[in-house]
Amino acid sequence: MSGHVRARVETALARIAAAQPALQAFQHVAADRALARADILDRADAPPGPLHGLPLAIKDNIVARGIPTTAGSRILEGYQSPYDAAVVERLEAAGAVIVGTTRCDEFAMGSSTDNCAYGPAHNPWDLTRTPGGSSGGSAAAVAASLVPIALGSDTGGSIRQPASLCGVVGVKPTYGRVSRYGLMAFASSLDQIGPFARTTREAAAVLEVISGHDARDSTSAQQPVPVFVNALTGDVRNVRIGVPRHLITGDVDENVRAAFDAALSVAQSLGAEVRDVELPNADRGIAVYYLIATAEASANLARYDGVRYGHRATGVTSLADLYERSRHDGFGAEVKRRIMLGTYVLSAGYYDAYYLKAQQMRTLIARDFARAFETVDVVALPTSPCAAFPLGERVDNPLQMYLADVYTVGANLAGLPGVSVPCGFTIEGLPIGLQFIARPWDEATMLRTADAYEQATAWGERAPATR
Amino acid sequence: MASTLEPKDVDRIATLARLTLTPDERLQFARQLNDVLRFVEQIRQVDTTGIAATSHPLPADAAWREDLPHTSLPNADALAHAPDANREAGLFRVPKVIG
Repeated sequence: MSGHVRARVETALARIAAAQPALQAFQHVAADRALARADILDRADAPPGPLHGLPLAIKDNIVARGIPTTAGSRILEGYQSPYDAAVVERLEAAGAVIVGTTRCDEFAMGSSTDNCAYGPAHNPWDLTRTPGGSSGGSAAAVAASLVPIALGSDTGGSIRQPASLCGVVGVKPTYGRVSRYGLMAFASSLDQIGPFARTTREAAAVLEVISGHDARDSTSAQQPVPVFVNALTGDVRNVRIGVPRHLITGDVDENVRAAFDAALSVAQSLGAEVRDVELPNADRGIAVYYLIATAEASANLARYDGVRYGHRATGVTSLADLYERSRHDGFGAEVKRRIMLGTYVLSAGYYDAYYLKAQQMRTLIARDFARAFETVDVVALPTSPCAAFPLGERVDNPLQMYLADVYTVGANLAGLPGVSVPCGFTIEGLPIGLQFIARPWDEATMLRTADAYEQATAWGERAPATR
Repeated sequence: MASTLEPKDVDRIATLARLTLTPDERLQFARQLNDVLRFVEQIRQVDTTGIAATSHPLPADAAWREDLPHTSLPNADALAHAPDANREAGLFRVPKVIG
């Protein structure tokens, strides 16, 4: 049947073009490449792959041949990768069609997309507000039904938090589940790629395709990949849900707290057991995260030096001058701040007090989760302490922006899988997200719980006016 | 006790990080980095004596593989985005480094 994929891709491209002026969810729309891929799929005799003809967007820090990748940074303006990311290879082999890249904070450093050098993406539920970050464009694109699936990356919550703020599902897999080959590195011990979708079921199907060992990422694990959708039985009667109530403090928006409590009641009514757990060190997570993530970033971003690719300053007098001025011109304020902080905490005299101490705290945070998982199967938390905030509101107060990650960084520090599913709306009509975190490699139980909750509530079926 | 960064400390860090800063950035970053450093002071209150450091969430054994030769990125592809290169010789070009 010729033309079916082309028609589907053309529909997605038309929706993207119509939404782009207001939403700014996309950084680059690869229309010609997508249509060429569609024609190949329409002409192929081979049996269709599991994602045959699925239009899909990738975050602007995941590389694909023939598509520019900027990571939201001026330093990579015009850059085109000479190779495909592992996830791109796997998605395309499964029949998906990449229609473009989505806006993100520069090098994934932010929680709002305010730090994108090309301007922020907007939240489809309220265009004056942030879609969250750093994968905000991916979340906005899925929430507005421009594409059914988008990929993001999650270093401290950058998939789950925007999923929460845009009312869609976002999955951060176990560290090592998905190859990072072709993901521009921010903090290598924390970064994972994962999907956004309107439903847990669709996210699970895509997660299966992108998961699995890849020799080109030395941190990619040799773990069998389950058929995740088979785990979505709707039955959570044997699932024990742990709730670290001591973390849900006065700083949490009351709408979020009410939606979270109601969600736990729904889980209980489905037969899940809800009990309290303690994560005694989790409230130090933000501090630990911002020491470790910036330290790793300061090393990873040393490669942007104006020599091999990216922006190069003109009229330089020496190699050092070339490095310093190229980086000065190319990096935005938040990236510079984080490189500076990371450089400082790794520098002689401060390494033990900051970086080593943070690594020891990371051990304690991981142990807390391991202990909790002796008595429960998943841990439930709000995804974000608040709903979508106005764009620009936190730009001048980096510390306040960092606090948006309070419930998400723990899973990254401990290498655990996490998912955010819609669990209600504020009185202003902004989406709220519920997060489940599970044991390493047990995405199946986590997704089963999320799916059962979703089936019982259908919050994700409500659509923004812009959809 | 909290470390406090003075603008001259910011200059030293910027040099280590190969960044040049504008006078405004220098002052702004000193203030903002001090805010963050005051915030992270909280971890010093936790006793971590004898606690192993975690540099990575997974055991490193996944990294082992056979040491087999394989093709890598073609030279022309690697040079394709170089701001300055001698493509015939297959070299990136930078300002003179020695003498």
